[in-house]
Amino acid sequence: MQHIALADQTLEMHEPKSFVTRYIWSQDHKVIAIQYGLTAIFVGLVALVLSGLMRLQLGFPDTFDFIDPSAYLQFVTMHGMIMVIYLLTALLLGGFGNYLIPLMVGARDMVFPYMNMLSYWVYLLSVIVLLASFFVPGGPTGAGWTLYPPQAILQGTPGYDWGIILMLVSLAIFIVAFTMGGLNYVTTVLQARTHGMTLMRMPLTIWGIFTATILGLLAFPALLVSAIMMLLDKTIGTSFFMPALVSLGESLDYTGGSPVLFQHLFWFFGHPEVYIVALPAFGMVSDVLATHARKNIFGYRMMVWAIVAIGGLSFVVWAHHMYVSGMHPAFGFFFATTTLIIAVPTAIKVYNWVLTLWRGNIHLTVPMLFAIGFIFTFTHGGLTGLFLGNVTIDLPLSDTYFVVAHFHMVMGVSPIMVLFAAIYHWYPLITGYNLHVGLGKAHFWLTFLGTYAIYLPMHYLGFLGVPRRYFAMGSTDFIPESAQSLNASITVSALIVGLSQLIFLVNIFWSLRRKEAAGHNPWGATSLEWQTEHVPPHHGNWGPELPRVYHWAYDYSVPGSEHDFIPQNHPISDAEGTASEEDKA
Amino acid sequence: MSLFSVLGEKPWLNPSAVLEGPDEQAIPYAAASTALRFIMAIVSVLFFLFFITFLSRSQYPDFQALAGQPWQPFSDSSRLWMNTALLAMSCLAMHIGLTFARRAWLPGVVSGLGFATIFAILFLLAQFALWQELYELGFYVGSNPANSYFYLLTAVHGLHLIGGIAALAWVATHFLQRHASAVFAIPLGLCARYWHFLFVVWLVVFALLTSEPATINALAAMCGF
Repeated sequence: MQHIALADQTLEMHEPKSFVTRYIWSQDHKVIAIQYGLTAIFVGLVALVLSGLMRLQLGFPDTFDFIDPSAYLQFVTMHGMIMVIYLLTALLLGGFGNYLIPLMVGARDMVFPYMNMLSYWVYLLSVIVLLASFFVPGGPTGAGWTLYPPQAILQGTPGYDWGIILMLVSLAIFIVAFTMGGLNYVTTVLQARTHGMTLMRMPLTIWGIFTATILGLLAFPALLVSAIMMLLDKTIGTSFFMPALVSLGESLDYTGGSPVLFQHLFWFFGHPEVYIVALPAFGMVSDVLATHARKNIFGYRMMVWAIVAIGGLSFVVWAHHMYVSGMHPAFGFFFATTTLIIAVPTAIKVYNWVLTLWRGNIHLTVPMLFAIGFIFTFTHGGLTGLFLGNVTIDLPLSDTYFVVAHFHMVMGVSPIMVLFAAIYHWYPLITGYNLHVGLGKAHFWLTFLGTYAIYLPMHYLGFLGVPRRYFAMGSTDFIPESAQSLNASITVSALIVGLSQLIFLVNIFWSLRRKEAAGHNPWGATSLEWQTEHVPPHHGNWGPELPRVYHWAYDYSVPGSEHDFIPQNHPISDAEGTASEEDKA
Repeated sequence: MSLFSVLGEKPWLNPSAVLEGPDEQAIPYAAASTALRFIMAIVSVLFFLFFITFLSRSQYPDFQALAGQPWQPFSDSSRLWMNTALLAMSCLAMHIGLTFARRAWLPGVVSGLGFATIFAILFLLAQFALWQELYELGFYVGSNPANSYFYLLTAVHGLHLIGGIAALAWVATHFLQRHASAVFAIPLGLCARYWHFLFVVWLVVFALLTSEPATINALAAMCGF
């Protein structure tokens, strides 16, 4: 054991020495973050392969014998659930939340490190239970990622016996894991910030993660409630959601439950979930843009307010996912209005990102390319959201590829662009090594242009009325034959984008072997995580004393300063302090 | 400082080291206290959602409330009142234990916590006995949604109480290992807060389960169902 005397703690910091305590049962937030990240990326690659298989069937029907209608529905379901919950939520909050919160607020670790460790292992258990459903009789559930009853647990739906049970159990376990992690994130932000780190001096990354975690803590219970109740409907014959019905000529024991009740619960979780994914991405992209444009983020306060406002509004828009379920027109009007109102703070954020770039000293690094790419994909995805927020436009488009294109642009491609920006941005800190720039740029252009080649034509297919979730179109009069050619081209683009992710993986592992040292603070960033004594930061993050914060997180290109950035912990001279007092007066 | 004045700060002005900020040493268990607030918020949301689905589900024709008619089990709610009394005793013992902990009087703390745990376990056993009784009377889990909610809500509440007992055991073990001190009253106070919170949750569950159809319908109408 190595002992470091710490000024801020009465107890000494015990640095783990054995391999097991350091890398496996580790309580260090950085190791837990990497464990979360690697697990999420692994399971995300499984979901990526599933999407490739789906596209093969759609682009070239009647070609692949091993993809039957049941398998197709199972691919759709598992792809959706894995991507939204087990990849995006886990990587953004479990991965980046864990890594960045203590470093960015100037803490030594999360406030409850043991619970943090437990959070990862319970998450891993949920992933194992989920993946186990591939190997049970009947395979994984094919109920669609929304798992709507009654069909989700009835004969005729793939995986209606084992698959759905494992899915619901896995979700419940995931929620337990998330809650343990989430309690850590919010408490660390509120209680463990270092001296001088006021809430409004926090980087927007932390604001995004903090608000998203609160959303998660309050929204995941809705998914837990619906998972528990559906599990009881399935296993012990309660009728919470299951209506009285006849299945395959046989009258079932269910007595008259409400499937729409499940939809309300699911989307009361499901819509905040969009922002659980989006808000951390909004935060991280703000920091990447400001750092690589060497300019303070435009309208910092407005950005914080927008994050908080979006978080609050996200709880009152859920039923816009249910216009086609049938609802009172007054409710339709209410939810359409709230949905459109949420576009206002979101638009403010987009304008502010663009204004941050305006006359900035833009460095077209790989993270910056991904961040700028995000502004494009998010704007496109967001604008189609304005269409779909209106009841009258949503009704005809709801079951078409238009919706698939919309939500993939806004919550698939966009957060993933930010995730790549974040990985390219923070990789030098996490590993201490540089990534290869050429490979990074190739990865960006293939991914960025490729995703447009996938989703832009998909909107047109949606306008034509091509229905989503169908295994094969068959002969449908209103869909011209040319639609199939477009579908084939989408598949080719999807396969190219999927394969181009190999460039990213090669870059990650090759750079680890190449060991080109990144050095201290290679991007010239102001925030605290780059100001640690060692790169990558050691256990305990800081030396004997915690950093002291004097500045906000966006002092870039300040006139008269020595460098084009002032780190948050850069002490101020008396003259500076007096001058700023005068400014304020 | 209010939330609005925090959000109104202009952080780009006036760079200086603000010697403000929560400090684990200045306020012991501040982090645990914050975490407990979030836990109580999460558990409240969980039960709130169960209640809302209960009210929504109550408006379907197959729903038969557990009180109202003489043959319904909770028309005479004396059994539930007895269980409630057990949980109330547990809360009271917890409070007494906490008071003695603040005075650092060890025998009082041990007996207070001991009785709090015993009454909590008795409450759980009494709830389980009630389950068995209802089951023997033919009120099966799946035969009517009101029955399903009875078993579900009491089970979820019981699990949260078991979690509370585990947390209390953990705090008490640490206390005995490190010997009595006035600081012990702080984590114990958090346990007590959770205990009282679960008692309030139980009162709402109790009220909902023993409501007559007219009351349930009125509540459901207020929620728009």
